[in-house]
Amino acid sequence: MRYVDEFRDGELAGGLAAAIAREVRDDRRYNFMEFCGGHTHAISRYGVPDLLPPNVRMIHGPGCPVCVLPIGRIDLAIRVALEERVILCTYADTLRIPASRGLSLMGAKARGGDIRMVYAVTDALRIARENPDREVVFFAIGFETTTPPTAVAIRQARAEGLGNFSVLCCHVLTPSAIMNILESPQVRDLGTVPLDGFIGPAHVSTVIGSRPYEFFAEEYRKPVVIAGFEPLDVMQAIRMLVRQVNEGRAEVENEFTRAVTPEGNRKAQDLVSEVFELRRSFEWRGLGEVPYSALKIRARYGDLDAERRFDLRYHPVPDNKACECGAILRGVKQPTDCKLFGTVCTPETPMGSCMVSSEGACAAHYSYGRHKDLEVLA
Amino acid sequence: MSAAVKPGYARPLDLKHGLVELRHGGGGRAMVQLIGELFARHLGNPLLAQGNDGTLLPPQGGRLVVSTDSHVVSPLFFPGGDIGCLSVHGTVNDVAMMGASPSYLTAGFVLEEGFPLADLARIVQSMAEAARQAGVALVAGDTKVVEQGKGDGVFITTTGIGYLPDGLQLGGDQARPGDLVVLSGTLGDHGVAIMSQRENLAFDAPIRSDTAPLNGLTAAMLASGARLRVMRDPTRGGLAATLNEIAHQSGVGIHLQEAAIPVRPEVEAACELLGLDPLNIANEGKLIAICHPEDGERLLEAMRTHPLGQAAALIGQVVEDPNGFVQMKTRFGGRRMVDWLSGEQLPRIC
Repeated sequence: MRYVDEFRDGELAGGLAAAIAREVRDDRRYNFMEFCGGHTHAISRYGVPDLLPPNVRMIHGPGCPVCVLPIGRIDLAIRVALEERVILCTYADTLRIPASRGLSLMGAKARGGDIRMVYAVTDALRIARENPDREVVFFAIGFETTTPPTAVAIRQARAEGLGNFSVLCCHVLTPSAIMNILESPQVRDLGTVPLDGFIGPAHVSTVIGSRPYEFFAEEYRKPVVIAGFEPLDVMQAIRMLVRQVNEGRAEVENEFTRAVTPEGNRKAQDLVSEVFELRRSFEWRGLGEVPYSALKIRARYGDLDAERRFDLRYHPVPDNKACECGAILRGVKQPTDCKLFGTVCTPETPMGSCMVSSEGACAAHYSYGRHKDLEVLA
Repeated sequence: MSAAVKPGYARPLDLKHGLVELRHGGGGRAMVQLIGELFARHLGNPLLAQGNDGTLLPPQGGRLVVSTDSHVVSPLFFPGGDIGCLSVHGTVNDVAMMGASPSYLTAGFVLEEGFPLADLARIVQSMAEAARQAGVALVAGDTKVVEQGKGDGVFITTTGIGYLPDGLQLGGDQARPGDLVVLSGTLGDHGVAIMSQRENLAFDAPIRSDTAPLNGLTAAMLASGARLRVMRDPTRGGLAATLNEIAHQSGVGIHLQEAAIPVRPEVEAACELLGLDPLNIANEGKLIAICHPEDGERLLEAMRTHPLGQAAALIGQVVEDPNGFVQMKTRFGGRRMVDWLSGEQLPRIC
């Protein structure tokens, strides 16, 4: 097993597609949300919808860390880079997110900000060691997958006495976002977003395990199938969801058994809870203020918290009025429902965050799927 | 560039421990010495030796093709090549893609103060070897030195001149529905080789850049008699950008078969790890050819007999499409767009 292309096999995909086609009932529709941007990307990149019957529809969820970062958070990072003159280390995806005053981190870099793209938080630590006379801030974003490495870095910085390192923490929590969607009036009361089940996160679940989703299955009667990020994983998960729906079950099932256990990674969870605690509330792009949906650095590591060190105060900034990222992140609208999509908002000049990351619903559809819109027109 | 000045210096250049200094670009004796002992020594030829402000080239048949390219690759030395040979290959290939046979090259060097002369010598020797291999002569050059911190070692700009035989008309606007799309070999080798050397990305991948002169391969392709419409080397932006350019210029669509596109497993694995698509990654020794629908086999046969075309493959077909979309049937069985890359995947790849 090389774990490169085994889970992309066309023949197996054809077999699964035939199985799904056999099992779906003609008299109903199946609407499944893939929570994660990683799934959105795989679905678009491999053309998964082409293998599904017409009454099975995938709805993109909010699980794209870049997409859910609100403008105000990017503004904080830009401020600390331009005004405090720190070295700001960030994952590449965040560089192009539109912020206030027509800026982005890329734009701030061109204006003299020392903004460096890193692949791992350990690179930020190295930069801090190599520049003892400069303040180095790591812009920490992401769901539960990227949180443990940030926790490790914070502990490491403390152990080494790296006084010039700090973290601008924007880590968010998956279960809170799923809950927010399930509680939204469109899903709960109005039924404008028909949701028959979730494809649960892959990498996030390796950390938190499959247990946290049991509440959704029981309380909201929504089946959840945790799946890997490969296209065959997605197909298999869809088949499992179809079966649950047909049999009237709402359970948490695990397709991604090669990596996910019910308990998850205990060691990582312990690390995270040692370093972080819940924020009372956090603003998400699209979902708005969501209570207890994000993490902040605990007081005992407070000296490594960039928000404290530089006295950064968060100011919410509304999105562009015409931008539909919010509704798209909640599954209420599709990228093509947005007037800006493909006209003034493209991956080259994104107006909204969903057009930035390759995991964003708009970018994925624009880059991989927009030929389909024209087929519908023609 | 002249070495015919009476030397006013006593000692030769210290090519072991010496460094580039501002005086090496100052127009004085030090510059003449650098040119004579380093550049002319390795790259010299009768045309370069004319030593005037411009070089007079002999008359030659055919239409002139000219192309220019600046090279800022980081790191300067990478598995499979360096900025020296890359600066020759990049420009030779651009001229060759027109169907022309490249004959001459000019080179402009921007050197940073403090750069080791030993490294410069390696780069110049590599250029000389690449030029010899490609059969081109360096006929004009220029050297400037910038203060430390104002450059990054060496930047090289080369311009290539070649001659196009009468009757040949290749170009991005020549593709027609029904034409076949052929690729000369594996994708992504150069880009991934460079990435594997970046300090914040270092991974131990046995991947070498594919940097190579393609004029031998193009000559074999032209000699096959296949009716060629377009040749282009997929450098920055990779296959995706190149095919989108062609589709746009010709006002056609292109349909690809993912299963037919050769990618080394180690390149695919590295891309997987870094979240990249091999279709977007730069190549420096590969070409895409679009030919008449009936000439695919003849072209592939000619390509496969050349060492740089052994893995040549038919990867797709030109179709009618007013939107100019490049689409691909995935190995998985679905269909997707193959779009331009947005933003900057990795700066300073070539």
